[in-house]
Amino acid sequence: MKIARSLLLTLAAWAAGAQAAPDPFTSTYQPVAATPTLIRNATVLDGTGRRLDGADVLMRDGKIVAVGTALATDGATVVDAQGRWVTPGLIDVHSHLGVYASPGVTAHQDGNEMTDPVTAGVWAEHGVWPQDPGFYTALAGGVTTLQVLPGSANLIGGRGVTLRNVAGTTMQEMKFPGAPHGLKMACGENPKRVYGGKGRSPSTRMGNVAGYRQAFADAQDYRRQWDKYERERTAYEAQQDEGKGRKKKGDGDAKPPTQPKRDLRLETLVGAMNGEIQVHIHCYRADEMAVMLDFAREFGFKVAAFHHGVEAYKISDRLAKEGVCGALWADWWGFKMEAYDAIWENIAFVDAPADSCAIVHSDSAEGIQRLNQEAAKAMSRGQQAGLAIPPERAIRWLTSNAARALGIADKVGTLEPGKLADVVIWSRDPFSVYALAERVYVDGALRYDRGAPAAQPESDFLLGQPAGGAL
Amino acid sequence: MRALQFTARAFVCTLAALPLAAPAQDLLIRNATVHTVTERGTLERADVLVRNGRIAAVGTNLATAGVTVVDANGRPLTPGLFGGITALGVVEVSQEPTTVDNDPHAAEAGKVAAEPRPEFDVTLAFNPDSAVIGVNRVEGVTYAMVTPGAASGAEVISGQGAIARLDGRADAVVGPSRTLFANLDAGVSRAGQFMLLEQAAREAKPATPMRDSDFRLLTPTGREVLARYLSGGRIAFSVDRATDIRQVLAFSQKQGARPVVVGGAQAWQVAGLLAQAKVPVVLDPLVDLPDSFDQIGATLQNAARLHRAGVRIAFTNLNDGTHNARKVRQAAGVAVANGLPWDAALAALTANPAEIFGLGTEYGRIAPGYVADLVLWSGDPLEVTTVAQQVWIDGRAQSMRSRQTELRDRYRPGAR
Repeated sequence: MKIARSLLLTLAAWAAGAQAAPDPFTSTYQPVAATPTLIRNATVLDGTGRRLDGADVLMRDGKIVAVGTALATDGATVVDAQGRWVTPGLIDVHSHLGVYASPGVTAHQDGNEMTDPVTAGVWAEHGVWPQDPGFYTALAGGVTTLQVLPGSANLIGGRGVTLRNVAGTTMQEMKFPGAPHGLKMACGENPKRVYGGKGRSPSTRMGNVAGYRQAFADAQDYRRQWDKYERERTAYEAQQDEGKGRKKKGDGDAKPPTQPKRDLRLETLVGAMNGEIQVHIHCYRADEMAVMLDFAREFGFKVAAFHHGVEAYKISDRLAKEGVCGALWADWWGFKMEAYDAIWENIAFVDAPADSCAIVHSDSAEGIQRLNQEAAKAMSRGQQAGLAIPPERAIRWLTSNAARALGIADKVGTLEPGKLADVVIWSRDPFSVYALAERVYVDGALRYDRGAPAAQPESDFLLGQPAGGAL
Repeated sequence: MRALQFTARAFVCTLAALPLAAPAQDLLIRNATVHTVTERGTLERADVLVRNGRIAAVGTNLATAGVTVVDANGRPLTPGLFGGITALGVVEVSQEPTTVDNDPHAAEAGKVAAEPRPEFDVTLAFNPDSAVIGVNRVEGVTYAMVTPGAASGAEVISGQGAIARLDGRADAVVGPSRTLFANLDAGVSRAGQFMLLEQAAREAKPATPMRDSDFRLLTPTGREVLARYLSGGRIAFSVDRATDIRQVLAFSQKQGARPVVVGGAQAWQVAGLLAQAKVPVVLDPLVDLPDSFDQIGATLQNAARLHRAGVRIAFTNLNDGTHNARKVRQAAGVAVANGLPWDAALAALTANPAEIFGLGTEYGRIAPGYVADLVLWSGDPLEVTTVAQQVWIDGRAQSMRSRQTELRDRYRPGAR
C-alpha cells in the first residue's frame, strides 16, 4: 500500500509537470576508461567561436581539462597533431540511423508509425537497431553524438532519442545519459500526403494545423486532469492525516480521488509544454514556420529547431529573435514543392543575425558521414555572398549550436574545460573535401583510429559477409 | 571576392551586347592552369584559344587578334563537367507528377509496370528551360545523361536516353550518345528479370519469323528499337551485385551489345573482368553502405580500386542525381580522399563519361578540335569550397545566374 501510494505520488507529480518523467529505458552507457591524453600542437577550433593555432588539448577522466599552448604533459599520453586540426566531436541533430537502418529492407522500416497522424506516444529509441552499419561510418566522419528521430509521415511522430555514437549491443548502451527527449513534428506535404492518400485527415495544410492544435488542446485538458487529481489527492491525504489524530467515527468513509488513466501520447505533449522535451519540427516553408511559431505560442512551448527549413533564410531575423535554431542542409532541394526555393546560402544567412542558431544536419546515412563538408559548402557560399564566416564560426553549426538544440550544451559541443572530452583530430582543415577524421574520442576514449583498421569497431551485420570493406 | 564581382559584372556587359541567338564565340582564355584531361596533363600559365565554339589551340602566348580575352589569373580551367545519370530537363519537382516525364508507364496507367518499352524515348520530353538545369549549369555542369525511369525504374528495360547539353538550346540532345537503359535491381526476382531480357532479345532478333500466336513481350516498335541496340548499341545496366554484373557481361556478349554498368557498388569485386571486357562503370563514389543486400561490401574505395584495375569510370550522384547533379564534383573529391588519383577523378567527370557515351572525340577534353565547353574555377575544382566563376558552352559565356542566385540576392541579409 505504501509502495503503491509513493508510485501514485511520483506519477502525479510528473504528470503535473512538477518534475521530469522517470525514464523506464534508462541509459546504461558506460564511458570507456582512458588514460589522460594530450593532443599537441594542433589548429584547434574549440566550438565557442575561437581558433587557436599551435594549441594543445588535454583530456583526463573523460573530460576536457585544458586547451592552450605548451600545456604540461603531466603524465598524459601525447598525440602529436602537428599539421592537424582539432574540433569538438560532431553532433547531428537529425538522423534516422537505427530506425531506417542499412540494409534498407522491409524489416528495417521502423521510423514512421504511419497508422495515425498523432503518434506522440511512440519513441524512436524503441525502433533503433544498434547494428546499423551507418553508426560506424558516421563515427568515421567524426560524429560522436546524434539525435535519432521518428520520420515525418505524421503530424506528431513521437519522441526522438539522443545517442552517443559508440558501438553497443543495446540502445540503452548508446543512450546519452541525461539528454532530454526530442519531440518530432512535421509540417507541410508529408503528413497531408500520407493521410490524405488514405482518405482521412489531414489532407491539407489546414488539416495539419487543426491536427496539431487539437492534440495539444487534448494535452492541456490532460494536464488539468492530473493537476486536479493531485490537488484532490493532497487534500485527501491531509484529511487522512488529520483523521488519524482524532479517531472520529466516519472519517474512513472519505474516498481517495481516482487517478486519471495514463495516456502515453498526451504525456509526451505535456512534457513538451512543460519544457522537458525539446520540440523539433520538420518544416520547409517560411510561411509555415511562422504559423508553427504562433501555434507554439498558443500552447506555451518553445520550438528548439526547425529541421530542413529550406526557406529558413526568408525569416532568419525572426528565428534568431525567437531563439529558434535552423537545422539545415547545404544543398539538398527540389524533390517536392516545399523544397523548391533552396539556396546554397541558407545556413549562412540563418547564421548571420545576432544570437542566431544555424545547424548543419544530415537526415541521411551518407550526409552524416560528411557534416564537415556540408558545412564547408555552406561556409564558402556564405563567404562568396559577402558574409564573414571563418572556420571557427562555421564549426559551431555542427557542434555547439547542435548541442543547444538538443538541450545538452552543458555537456558537449565545445572544448571548454569540464565538458565531455568528445574530440576529433582531422588530417587537415576539416572544411575540405580531402579532410579525414583520423582519431575520434568519446568521453576521452579513442573510439575510432583511422590508422588502425583492425581496431575499428564494426557492425555485427557485416561480420562474415562475403565482402569486407578493407582490401 | 573582388575577382568574382568583376567576372559577374563583365558578364552582364556581355549579355547586353549579344543578341540571344549569338553565334559561337571566339575567345582567348589567358594565363590559366589548364587541366587538359589529355596526355598533355596540366599546363601552368597556359592559354586556350576558341574559334567558332571549338578549341583552336592550347599553348602559351597565343595570338589575340579579334577575340574576347579573359585573363584567368592562374586559376584552374577544366572541361565542362558531366552531370551524371540524371533526369535533368524531364523532372522539375520529383513528387509532382505533372512535372515528371521520365516514367515510361505514367501514360499507361493500369498496365503491367514491368512491361519493357525500349521505344520509350525520354529525350522527346526534354525541357531546356528547366530551372533545375540552370541551377546545375552555374556549378560547371555543361552536359548530362537524360535518363528514362531514373532512380525509380523497376522496369527491366525503361527506355532510351541521351546526353543533353545544358545551355538552353532547343536541339540539346547529342545523337551519338543514345543509350538504352535496363535495370537489374533488387526487389524483383533477378532470374525473372533475366528471363524477360532474354525473351525481349529473342523477340527483337527472332531466329525464325514470329507468328501471331507467339508470345509477345514487346510492341512492334519496341522490337525494332531493341534490335538496333542489340546490334552493337549501348545498353546501360543499373546493377550493383557482382554476380549480376557477371550475368550482364554474359548477356551483352551473347547479344552483341556494349554494356555500361551504372551503380556497381560491388563492381570492385569483378574489376579484372570489367577491365578485360572493356566495360565501363558509372558509379557514385559516396556509396559505402549496404542500402540493399546487393551492396554489401560497398566501399569508398570502389572508384580507386576500379581505376587501379584499368576500368574506365565516370561519376554520378545516385542519391539525387537530378537536382543535385552538381554534387558529383564533391563525390570526385571524396574518391580522391579515398585513394583515387586526382587526375583520374577529374577524368571521371569529363573525358571518361564522354568516351563511355560515344562523345570522346568531341567532348570532355581541352584539346584542339574539341567543343569549347569550359569552366573557370575559383580554386581546386574538386574542392567543396571552390565555385565555378565562369562557364562556357560552345565558347559562349553562360549566365552565372540561376533561380537560386535570384532568391539569394532577394533575401541577402541587409537587402530587405
